[in-house]
Amino acid sequence: MAGDHKHPNYMAIFWTLAILTVVELGVVFLPFGKVINGTLLCALAVAKAAIVAAYFMHLRFEARTLGLIAVTPLAIATLLIFVLMPDHFAVNHQTADKKPAAAAPAKH
Amino acid sequence: MSQAAAAHAVVEPAETPLTPDSWGKLGMWIFLAGDAVGFGTLLAAYGIMRATSGDWPDPYEVLGINLTAAMTFLLICSSVTMVKALEWLGKGDRERCKKFLFYTALGGAIFVSLQAYEWTHLIHRGLLINGNPFGAALFGTSFFLVTGFHGLHVTGGVIYLLAVLSSVARRPPAASYNMVEIVGLYWHFVDLVWIMVFTFMYLL
Repeated sequence: MAGDHKHPNYMAIFWTLAILTVVELGVVFLPFGKVINGTLLCALAVAKAAIVAAYFMHLRFEARTLGLIAVTPLAIATLLIFVLMPDHFAVNHQTADKKPAAAAPAKH
Repeated sequence: MSQAAAAHAVVEPAETPLTPDSWGKLGMWIFLAGDAVGFGTLLAAYGIMRATSGDWPDPYEVLGINLTAAMTFLLICSSVTMVKALEWLGKGDRERCKKFLFYTALGGAIFVSLQAYEWTHLIHRGLLINGNPFGAALFGTSFFLVTGFHGLHVTGGVIYLLAVLSSVARRPPAASYNMVEIVGLYWHFVDLVWIMVFTFMYLL
């Protein structure tokens, strides 16, 4: 059993992760607004997480069963977002009706 | 063990790669999937509270990211020392494996210390689990809950790593390969979760 794993080039993966982290820090200062910056940051985070799972956790070289187990939380998390969306709309609707003054002092 | 694995392969040619050797690995993956749902729920709750709040502060301004960026880098480094430990053990070099396991645990311990320093600093500035002078009180609640939950995972990971380290020292390398691989899965997962927490709670 020992040593029968293919070992990828871990230093290359380390540098990729380090560079992606620096890129993330740079993205924070980009002047593209919250939506584009947010999308970029989420994409970078997902890419980094995928690299860690695929290479450090050896998922690329494992049996498919383990991959399925790893993907399950992603499916549940996606479902969770849709389940929570009505709450988001309901609260925003209420606050917009009842206290419009509360939203005004927020600095944006 | 390699003889047993070879015999196994003759009987069952690559149909079921999850041999008894990897049942522990399967168990760890199932545990991590459950844990991922826990973290996912916390982050989703954070997102909803933030989206529905009128006075959520800009996390970047309250928390600052220089120290946390260094902590992120530290966890990535400790993931590298973790894979190195496994790689050396696979080559039969127990001493180097022990050394790298120790570096990994040390990286985790430094991470938790830096987090304690960060928390102390923020608490002195008035950010509490039930209060926040910079805006919505729930910001403080969710910040301490999510980073605290992750910090507990790192603390548990350091203890787990040290336990595995002492076990590696007492067995032949081939007998502890599985155990080191499984603690590695846990450790990389903690790193992976921090990547998410760092992005969602500090950068966004």
